[in-house]
Amino acid sequence: MSRAAKIARRTFLIGSAAVAGGVAFGVILYRRPHENPLLGKLDTGQAALTPYVLIKPDGITLITPRVDLGQGAYHLQAALIAEELDVALDRVSVDPGPPDPAYYNTALAADAAPFPATDDGFLAQTTRAVMDAPMKFMGIQITGGSTTVPDAWTKLRHAGAVARETLKAAAEAQTGTQRSAMTTENGAVILPDGSRLPYTDLATQAARIPPVTDVTLRAPSEWRLIGKDMQRLDIVAKSTGTQEYGIDLLLDDMLYAAVRTNPRQGGAMMAHDATDAKTMRGVQQIVPITGGVGVLADNSWRAMQAVRAIKIDWGPAPYPPEMDAHWQALSDSFIDDRIDSRNRDDGDVEAAFAVDTPITAEYRAPYLAHAPLEPVNATVRVTPERVDVWTATQIPRFVQTHVADITGHDRDAVHVHVLMAGGSFGHRLEDLVVRQATELALAAAGRPVKLTLSREEDMAHDYPRQIAMARGRGAVADGRVVACDLGIAMPSVLASQMGRLGLPAMGPDLQIVAGAWDQPFAIPDYRVTGYRAPALAPISSWRSVGASTNGFFHDSFLDELIHAAGADPLEERLRLCHHAPSRSVLEAVGEMSGWGTPMPEGRGRGVAYCLSFGVPCAEVVEVTATENGIRIDAVFVAAEVGRVIDPVNFENQVQGGVIWGLGHAIMAETTFADGQTEQRNFDSFPFLRQYQCPAITVRGLENDTAVRGIGEPPVPPAAPALANAIFNAIGQRLREMPFNRHIDFV
Amino acid sequence: MKLTIDGTDHDLDIEAEMPLLWVLRDELGLTGVKYGCGIAQCGACTVHIDGQAVRSCQVAVGDVWGAVTTIHGLGDPEALHAVQAAWIAHQVAQCGYCQSGQIMQAAALLATTPAPTDADIDDALSGNLCRCGTYPRIRAAVKSAATTLAEARE
Repeated sequence: MSRAAKIARRTFLIGSAAVAGGVAFGVILYRRPHENPLLGKLDTGQAALTPYVLIKPDGITLITPRVDLGQGAYHLQAALIAEELDVALDRVSVDPGPPDPAYYNTALAADAAPFPATDDGFLAQTTRAVMDAPMKFMGIQITGGSTTVPDAWTKLRHAGAVARETLKAAAEAQTGTQRSAMTTENGAVILPDGSRLPYTDLATQAARIPPVTDVTLRAPSEWRLIGKDMQRLDIVAKSTGTQEYGIDLLLDDMLYAAVRTNPRQGGAMMAHDATDAKTMRGVQQIVPITGGVGVLADNSWRAMQAVRAIKIDWGPAPYPPEMDAHWQALSDSFIDDRIDSRNRDDGDVEAAFAVDTPITAEYRAPYLAHAPLEPVNATVRVTPERVDVWTATQIPRFVQTHVADITGHDRDAVHVHVLMAGGSFGHRLEDLVVRQATELALAAAGRPVKLTLSREEDMAHDYPRQIAMARGRGAVADGRVVACDLGIAMPSVLASQMGRLGLPAMGPDLQIVAGAWDQPFAIPDYRVTGYRAPALAPISSWRSVGASTNGFFHDSFLDELIHAAGADPLEERLRLCHHAPSRSVLEAVGEMSGWGTPMPEGRGRGVAYCLSFGVPCAEVVEVTATENGIRIDAVFVAAEVGRVIDPVNFENQVQGGVIWGLGHAIMAETTFADGQTEQRNFDSFPFLRQYQCPAITVRGLENDTAVRGIGEPPVPPAAPALANAIFNAIGQRLREMPFNRHIDFV
Repeated sequence: MKLTIDGTDHDLDIEAEMPLLWVLRDELGLTGVKYGCGIAQCGACTVHIDGQAVRSCQVAVGDVWGAVTTIHGLGDPEALHAVQAAWIAHQVAQCGYCQSGQIMQAAALLATTPAPTDADIDDALSGNLCRCGTYPRIRAAVKSAATTLAEARE
């Protein structure tokens, strides 16, 4: 290690503690900053001014530890650093960096606190602050939960400002000019006489001095990037076929692999016969792995052909093999013994229903595969000294640990290189493919092995979205909704997922009621109960997680009650809503859609609202009943995110979220028969196509103080807005997804 | 086996039944051509054979009947095809994985239908799946590329 780096290691302790502020008693030790992971890797003349900015004589690298899944995370993180650092985005490198506890996710912890996002009270704020400490202690580096923006918003601008001011201090040490008299511009410190000192020339000096941590973030009026349309860093590559995804990696001497593991996920392989496969062209080796078998070959297609030629006897599924038993398990879970949470219990719903016969309804939502278009893949090379892993993952630190557990290397000897993901929607919170590739690589004598799952293999092991069921009871009086009691039953996504990550999942799983218990409505008698169904098929987070089912349940039932009351769907939601930012998004979609203007016969309009991931989002859907089925004509969306960082990407994310919500609600489900998923490809797992896509008009509101992510919040209101519009058009209530089980669509 | 890919002639020792997709990706390193489903349901593998858009996962390499053009042959970052330029201007891509196929399909459409209607775009591009939901931007980009190409012809 160079002398500069040694000094830096002692002195450059710039972490997030200075940003987060405040101290929670009893956890103070855990609030010490993590060491900057870039420091151990520096050569002479290099400076790592924070864990997010690396300056070398030949260039500047911004570290963007949240992985890009298509949501534009790399661009967004780079833009926040660059806003304060004063570098041109097309003149710097962007790198996801190494897995390291320094890159822990603050916002994910805050959202796990048992307070609704609308609660700004002392207890809620204090608890969110304390939640930060265990996340930091464990160094949870996860991309998910729409947290990239709230996590990065202050942290990365602060990192940019610290780096900028430290570079100015270095210039002061070098020139004797007062730091306060300097400015910065396009990667250089500008002295009062106009001369430029490029950051890259100041790196050595900057590494010798203590960092300047007392910085002030720029006012919005000074922003060059935030709030302006930006060209995404990856847009040219992604428009020319030159973006390299995990699946595209080519290494010298690389073997191509395919696997088949028990389609009854988690089941064993009882026996296999690879006699035919062994002799097929290009096949080098047959390798049994956990739950199945793999083939190493000289080409992906040859590997896939060979693995299909292996005769295999599969063991039984470790969960009920048929769907009836899954639905029965949910239906049987609406009992006191299975109550997981009842954090919303206003007034007295039991007393309300003692007087009147309640209005009741039951809703269902199926398992759903994530099925990102790039099948999951991983390339692994194992040598006695080190392991290298190339993959697109949302959980790089867990990947490092899991691979080390398989190979027996120290965790520090496992090098995870995070590559661009061809979509995820939560799928890359799992690392099954990495573990399989590691097992294969152990048999490959130091050669890199690229494992690509076939579409069918990937969808057989998708860890789908939870199956869920809800039962509502409600009452109306004098044209108003007066009582609402919603029970929701599902298996715990958190328990299933945390179990595979080796983390404890104690206490209630708030995802069972997310998007329902935390809605800002002042209904006099109002209760939301989460019932934890027994574990069934393994499940995981799917874009908007619990709210993807619960937003549909809660808003659909509210719409039914409003209809029973004879009230206007938008007016009554506004009357019941006591949260100003939420009222604003409802009013916005009302105005955008011309709510209340008459619609011709056979057309309908529906509104829905859901608060998820701290973001109030309202949508109005317009439909026409045609002779070929329901056609979606238009969607209007408004969401409150505090600050729209990149308007183009914001609109893209919202439109994509709406399409995601609508497409699956209309036509997709994952079902099990004989313990195996019945949908293994896009012929049986359809999705919205160009000809079915409506016009989607988007408005981002910036009234709130908290800055939020938009990847997930547009999903939950899409299905209920569509169902409510269809009811408005033809009088038919849709209480089960996918809707095409009950009605035709164009 | 002789093939012409993006203007370059290749002579490959390869089984005739291997899908063109995997020849392009694993034998020739043309990884801009994407594997998504293998059964012609997603369109991510779309290339041109003699100007016609085809799903390369469904064409056995022994059946290739003409010159193949991939996304790499259509244009590159230094010499963009009009469709690629429109895709950049409209910032269509999110994850971007389907976009090679979408662009190849759009380029084939505009070669035969210089001024496509919305119905033409629906017909031509509904075989190309996008899980991120970039359809509104794809539609806008196709129309803008049509305008650019029309102006270039004038």
